[in-house]
Amino acid sequence: MALLELRKVDKFFDDFVAVDRVSLSIEEGEFFTIVGPSGSGKTTMIRMLVGMDKPTNGEILLRGKVINDVPANLRPTCMVFQSLALFPHMSVGANVEYSMKCKGVPKPERRRRAMHFLGIAHLPESYYDKPVTQCSGGERQRVAIARALAFDPEILFFDEPLSAIDYRLRKVLERELKDIQRATGKTFVYITHSLEEAMVMSDRIAVMQKGRIAQIGTPHEIYRSPTSHFVSEFMGEVNSFTVRPDGDGRLVDLKSGRTIITVPDATPADLKSGVLVVRPEDMLMGRQIPAGAACVLAGRIVNEYVLGSRVQYQVKAEEDLYLVEKIRAADDTETVGSEVEIGWKPADARIFAEPMQ
Amino acid sequence: MTDRSLEPTMVGAPAYQGEYQGKSRDEASRKSAGLVAERLKRFSGGAGMWSAVPLGLLLLAGFFGPLLLVVLYSFMPRGSFSPIGWPTLENYRDIVEQNFYISFGWSLAMAVVATILLLLIAYPLAVTMVRLAGKRADIYTILIAAPLFVAENIRLQGWSLFFDKAGLLDGASESLFGAGTGSLVGNVPIVVFGLVYVYLPFMLFPLILGLTNVAPDAREAASDLGATRFQIFRDIELPLASPGILIGTLLCFVLALGAVSEAKFLGKGVVIPVVQDIDSAFTFGQNWPRGSALSVLLILIAAAAIVVVMRRVDIDRMFTRR
Repeated sequence: MALLELRKVDKFFDDFVAVDRVSLSIEEGEFFTIVGPSGSGKTTMIRMLVGMDKPTNGEILLRGKVINDVPANLRPTCMVFQSLALFPHMSVGANVEYSMKCKGVPKPERRRRAMHFLGIAHLPESYYDKPVTQCSGGERQRVAIARALAFDPEILFFDEPLSAIDYRLRKVLERELKDIQRATGKTFVYITHSLEEAMVMSDRIAVMQKGRIAQIGTPHEIYRSPTSHFVSEFMGEVNSFTVRPDGDGRLVDLKSGRTIITVPDATPADLKSGVLVVRPEDMLMGRQIPAGAACVLAGRIVNEYVLGSRVQYQVKAEEDLYLVEKIRAADDTETVGSEVEIGWKPADARIFAEPMQ
Repeated sequence: MTDRSLEPTMVGAPAYQGEYQGKSRDEASRKSAGLVAERLKRFSGGAGMWSAVPLGLLLLAGFFGPLLLVVLYSFMPRGSFSPIGWPTLENYRDIVEQNFYISFGWSLAMAVVATILLLLIAYPLAVTMVRLAGKRADIYTILIAAPLFVAENIRLQGWSLFFDKAGLLDGASESLFGAGTGSLVGNVPIVVFGLVYVYLPFMLFPLILGLTNVAPDAREAASDLGATRFQIFRDIELPLASPGILIGTLLCFVLALGAVSEAKFLGKGVVIPVVQDIDSAFTFGQNWPRGSALSVLLILIAAAAIVVVMRRVDIDRMFTRR
């Protein structure tokens, strides 16, 4: 049985549909991430899952029991807030212990367990008496996580807690969070607008779009086999073309009339009108292009963006701009102004039968 | 002050002077200005201290001076009209022996009860006002503050006419139910009612300020961690709002302690508050030392309350909202 299940859950705010017939199930011990752009309904989702809002229609089940009307303080789940919502007038220890204090756990036992959770969250025991207002941003994150773990929840929810943290610390905390999840075996449900963040930590990801689930899958599935143009674009910019089949096993770009792709052994059913997408990292340039490749364009590099170990080029070919990304090599000669050929393997292109976004 | 900050004076040196002359004057003025600045700095730690001198003098003459006079008079013999003389403690002895402590007791007791009632009444009101923030809070604020535009004595006289025999309440209930309420003035509870009525805004607004320090997130987080409503109130709301609660309490207590009109207009003399005793000592009684001694005691009580409360309040935190 799934630990948490949603059955056709809707949430309306007056006329506005924030969450639209969402069904999904989360297994015990999973790191499950709900990802979507702002306004996609993910915050509304988590507020319903935690018990701060009630669904308009549908059912939320925890271990098979409907919990729609159970308020937050009676649910065996806990949330790490976006603002963290630490209690500013309490010490680190008092924050971590608060749930145990509410349950009436005696003081020595509380302290012992608080120390344990400080350890799990990589905070030194000396922080027990430190005022929480004197902690740095990263330390506060850890206090919030320790406080939530100390509640011993069935599910731990996270509402974008890392969004305000600088990049390097965020990377560290992402890994720590994943380690904590593995070490404790708890079910984590995480909300974020960053698919990159979701990819690093999650066992499974649900991508939300306009209140609906666009796709659920492992990070690998989401990345490799997106089921819609929206999902494929959510990871980062992609090269998109509106195409239609020409009947001879080829797809034709509607805008330029050029043959975009040739699929020699495709059945006509494989070729559909819609949006064809090639990721920048799947684009080939210069000598990377295999001999006889069907889709080759000549162009000129107009921009170069260095992304650490990789480099992204903006190539202008026949009045259209393409993004090409490759691993940086010592013998790279291409630079802004270089005349280059770009192309891609048919197998790396994905076609979605839908109008262009 | 360093030399660099004096460079503008050099630039502004009169042009018609000979080069040599101008230079020497500049240097001289620079030197002396630098010296004065240096001394100023050493003496005061900056210009701020000097800007405060006029206000300091005003406070000294207008606040500490009279206070000192009152203290001096309180140690003078009965009926004396000069603050210079052989000091005595007889005025303080009189307070105890001639039953003046009774009015002290009444003032204190009524101030305490009124403050407690104010807390109980204003707290839920403040919670509601904070929740309304951004909706209609401004209208309610104006409604609550509006009575402050009318003089206290007039408002109290109004209440007196409302509660008195053959007043509004008595007459209305007589004609509606056939039985009047009689006179409801001239007792202690009605005086306390007057105190609560007059000082409500002084409790309400600090409470609102205090409660805005309680982040809604913190309440939700506590609830999510399993806290009951009472636990949230006790562990989160009260401590976070405590600066506002303490300041409101202090303000109302000190004001109610020095209140006199409520007893006059609503109490009709059933109790004598200490301030009335002070007033009559200076006027009818022509016994300035006794009035001074009573004043000194009242000031000490109020000051003690202020010290106790202000030690526990971090005003900075209240206004900066960390």
